[in-house]
Order: sequence, then structure tokens, then C-alpha cells
Amino acid sequence: MPTPFFVLEVALSGLLAGLLYSLVALGFVLIYKASGVFNFAQGALVLLAALVFVRATEIFDAMGPATVGFWAALLATMAVMVLVAAAIERFLLRPLVNQPPITLFMATIGLTFLIEGISQMIWGSRVYTLDLGIPDEPWIIHGLYIGKIDLFAAAVAIAMVIALAVFFQFTRIGRALRAVSDDHQAALSIGIPLNFIWVVVWSLAGMAALFAGLVWGAKLGVQFSISVVALKALPVLILGGFTSIPGVIVGGILIGVSEKLAEVFVGPVVGGAIESWFAYVLALAVLLVRPQGLFGEKIIERV
Amino acid sequence: MFYRDSGLIKTTYKADRAIFPVDQDRWAIVALVGLAFLVPAVASEYWLSSILIPFFIFSVAAIGLNILVGYAGLLSLGTGGFMAVGAFAAYNFAIRIPELNIIVVLILAGLVSAGVGIIFGLPSLRIKGFYLAVATLASQFFIEWLFVRVPWFTNYSTSGVISAPAVQIFGYDMSGAAQRYLIVLAMTVAVAVTAKNMVRSAIGRSWMAIRDMDVAAEIIGVRPLRTKLVAFAVSSFYCGLAGAMWVFFYIGTVEPQAFDLNRSFQILFMVIIGGLGTIVGCFFGAAFVILLPILLDNLFALLGTGGHADLLSHAQMAIYGALIIILLIKEPHGMAKMWQIFRQRMRIWPFPY
Repeated sequence: MPTPFFVLEVALSGLLAGLLYSLVALGFVLIYKASGVFNFAQGALVLLAALVFVRATEIFDAMGPATVGFWAALLATMAVMVLVAAAIERFLLRPLVNQPPITLFMATIGLTFLIEGISQMIWGSRVYTLDLGIPDEPWIIHGLYIGKIDLFAAAVAIAMVIALAVFFQFTRIGRALRAVSDDHQAALSIGIPLNFIWVVVWSLAGMAALFAGLVWGAKLGVQFSISVVALKALPVLILGGFTSIPGVIVGGILIGVSEKLAEVFVGPVVGGAIESWFAYVLALAVLLVRPQGLFGEKIIERV
Repeated sequence: MFYRDSGLIKTTYKADRAIFPVDQDRWAIVALVGLAFLVPAVASEYWLSSILIPFFIFSVAAIGLNILVGYAGLLSLGTGGFMAVGAFAAYNFAIRIPELNIIVVLILAGLVSAGVGIIFGLPSLRIKGFYLAVATLASQFFIEWLFVRVPWFTNYSTSGVISAPAVQIFGYDMSGAAQRYLIVLAMTVAVAVTAKNMVRSAIGRSWMAIRDMDVAAEIIGVRPLRTKLVAFAVSSFYCGLAGAMWVFFYIGTVEPQAFDLNRSFQILFMVIIGGLGTIVGCFFGAAFVILLPILLDNLFALLGTGGHADLLSHAQMAIYGALIIILLIKEPHGMAKMWQIFRQRMRIWPFPY
């Protein structure tokens, strides 16, 4: 019989892992809200951001002191992600404007191959270590192990969501973004530059990808398998709802906690490794009750 | 000049509803199928077993997925899972009841797959669009996990990779490339004809009504649950058939890894690149997706950059992705649309309009 303490420990590790999923899912939601594109390439963007960051740190470390190097590398990577966003807008979204969502979805899968192919051509397929300067040792509170990196990741995730919520609510561009996500044509007709908004949104998704890449990279090492993490973000996404930023956090926590609990307590009964599908089945069950996810906008159909 | 429908006067309803109303189309398709059956006489073993057989098997799977995505408008990412169900069902039927004819085994495998498809199709009544796509991922991962973890399906084999039993039809050995090609081709023709007829008939029309606007379709009397479940059943039947043929006529081994998520995406690519809601597009799409990597392989082999195999495979991946994007931008309705435009041109050729 598992002790309540053990249950708590498992739940806590799940909670922190769930927040990491939220970081990846955040990028999906941003893009889906603003352009209605289901961006499958988010995982590839995470990989790309992490790889660029590793390379940038190497370059800047050689030039100056380490602390400066970190921030310089961060800025440089952000700049690269903005450039990538602009390129995606120019060469992928603009020619495909007004196409059915499924075509755009397939185009982002093509983009995934392109980004993964190119980044592996440049960086090869070896594992890079990414050091954030956070010691990989747990804090022990009353015998409860909490990884410092996990805590850092959770803080980053929550901070990003708050920052984005403020950005969406109170800034001029944020208002424009909300207008675009409500109605493309109406937004266009009152003079909101759609192309510019898309670049902004894809850049923001790139930032989310960067932070996700940093945290995952520090945990697992920067390698190809990072882009697979994106698949774990999908159930988080549908659980929370495609259009809700707070839903991402709640969905991430729910998925993370229940997945870990199920793996530890149900897994051994049915043969283990149920982590691969449990999140999806859980999300499916929630969808049956609420087809738009927990926090998604209610789907209204008019005939 | 030669390809036209002017002067073609239909005097019966039957002629009007014919599957290929234009004479030239009918002759061309008969000639094409006839030629396809003669191919083993000239083609090499490599062409038959590494290009043409997978091409036809993928075409069948693409037709299955196209019925679901293109005709019924239900986006599914679980194709690989349904193929795996077909593959494992066929394997289990074949080794547990060895007397069964292979054709019967294939059809039974398709039926099992259809049953699984119906179960996983049930949520589609409530869940729509990309939510449904992600929900079908549940079936993909669950089925994959099931076949890896439950040893009964693999007949308690320890390696997880098992070879399919040798195929015989009425006592004839079917393991040669030409024999396997012929049987796959025959199945493909049967599948394509039934699918084409299905989408032209009442059930196909109700699929399209559901796709275009399910609420409106319900109001005019199309039963959404039944229609959607039939779409799932037919689609999974074809996918399961493709999976079973994959095992028996293509690679000869059964392994869950062959039907992972990438397989689902590959088949979705075929459907989208070929053209949503067309049967002929499935063949174009399958040809594109199968032939392109082989073409790139040979191209790189010609360029001769020895020792950089790793780099080359990544470059291939990038080029593949770029080509998909370019194709989608150039013709978002797929290669079937290009074919249609080409035929339109040919009708008035050599005049511009």
C-alpha cells in the first residue's frame, strides 16, 4: 500500500513535468489563437531554439565572461527566432492565406521536416549539453525531493503565462492580436496589419519555444528527441482548449500529475509504459464531456 | 481534339451515371489496368517488390484515409494504428487457423480493423476538427502500446519482430515478386472500384453532406452517427487491408514499429498532396510520397558524396519538407486538381479556349 507521502511525491514530480508540457503547448495556443493554424512545427522550433542557443553560448563564451555570454546568447537566439518567424510568415503563411486549415496543418508538418532536416544538417545528431548554471541537485524539504531545474521550469512557465496574459490584455499589439483571433476579416477592415500580427505571434511562439528548449535541453540534453516532446503537448492542448492560455497551465498540471500517478500505480498492473497513451485517453475522456476542452471557447455552429 | 465529350449523346440514365462517362477515359483506364497486369513480364524484381508493391499498398491505405478525411471530413491521425490492427489480425488468423485462404484472411483482418475503427470513431460525433485529430492520436498510441505489451498478439514471440507465414492460394506458392505483385494489384483494383462507386452512391453523398456542414446535413435527414461510423468502418477496413497486405506481400514481418505515428503522417501526406476527396488523387499522392525519397536517394548516389550518409539523410528530410510546402503552395487542392486542369486543357486542345 503506497503511503500518502509517496503519492504526494509522485504527484509533485508530475506537476512539475506537466508545467514543462505547458511551456511547449503555450506556443501552439498562441499561434492557433491568432491565425487558426494548428502549428505542428512547434516541437521543431523548440529543437531549433535550443540548438541555436547552444551554438550562441559557445560563440559568446569564447568572447567574454560567462554571465554576459548567457544573456548575449539569449538575445541572439531571440533574434534568430524572430527571423525564423518572419521567414515562415513570408514563405509559408502568406502564400497559403485563405486555404483550409488542414492544408496549413500539413504545411506545418512539411515545415517540421524542413527545420529538423536543416538543423541536423548543421548541428549533426549528437547530444549537446546545455548548462543554465542551475545545479542539478534536488532540494529536500521534509524528505520531499524537488529538482531545482524543475522548479525553475515551473517558475518560467508561470511567469510566461502571466506576462502573455498582461501583454494580451493591456498592450496595443495585444489588443490587435485578440481582434485578429476573433475575426480575421473584421480585424483587417479596421486596419490591423495581419501579416505583421502573424510575425509577432510566430515570434512569441518562438520565444515560448526558446524557453521550453532551454528547460528541456538542461534536463535531457539538446538532442533530436526534444522535438518529440511536442507530441506530449498535444493532449495538454486539447484538455485545456486550443484557445485558452490559462487552460494550458491547468491542462499541463492535470496531464502531468495524472500521467505520473497512473504510471506508478496503474502501470504495473497492465504491463507498464502506459505513459505513451494515458495522456491522450484522458484528454479524449474530457473531450467527450466538454468538446472544446476545459477552457476553450464554446463552439457555436450556425447553419 | 481526341479527348472530348462533344458528340457523346447519352440516351439512357445508366449511360449518364456511368463511372467513366467519357469514352476515352474508359478506354484509357482499361488499357492502364491491363498494362499494369502485364508489368511483371518486363519489370525487374527490385521494381516489383520495392516500388510497385508498396505503391499499391499505400494507395489502398490512402484511399481508406481519404474516405475519412476527404469525403467525411473527419481528420484522423490514427491510420498507422488501424493498419497495425489489420496486420496483426491477419497474422493471428493466418497462424491460428492455417486452413484459411489468404483472401479470406485479408478480408477478416479488414473487418477486425473496421470494428476497431468503429470503436474509436464513436467520439467523432461530439468532437470535431483538430480536437478529433488529436483524439485519434489516442487510438494510434494505444494500439501501438497494445501490440508491444500484450504477448498474445505476437504469438509469444520474444523479439517482437515476427515473420509472416508463407502465402499460398489454392496450393500455389505466392512468395515470388510477380505473384505478390499480381495479388496486390488485383486487391487494389477491387478496392479502388468499390471506393469510387461508394463515393458516387447514397452513402458517399451523405459523407460529403456531413463534411460540408454536419448540422445542416442532420436537418435534411442524414443520420450523423451512422454516417460517421460507416465512414470510420470503411476507412479502417481499407487501412486494415493495407496493413495486412503490407505484412504478407511487402516486408513479410510483423512489427508494431512499422505502423507508428510517422506512418500515419505519411499517409495523410499522400491524401493531401494527392487531393482531398478524390480517389485518383490517392494514387498520385502515393506515387509522390513513395517515389520522391527513392528519387532523392538515387540523385545523391549520382552526385556521389561518400561517407556523409548522415548528412545526406538529413538533407533528404529537409528537401522532402520543402517540396511538400512548395507543392501545397502551388496547388493546395493537390495533384488531382492538376490532373483535372490538364484534362480540361486536353478537351479543347489545340485551341486555347
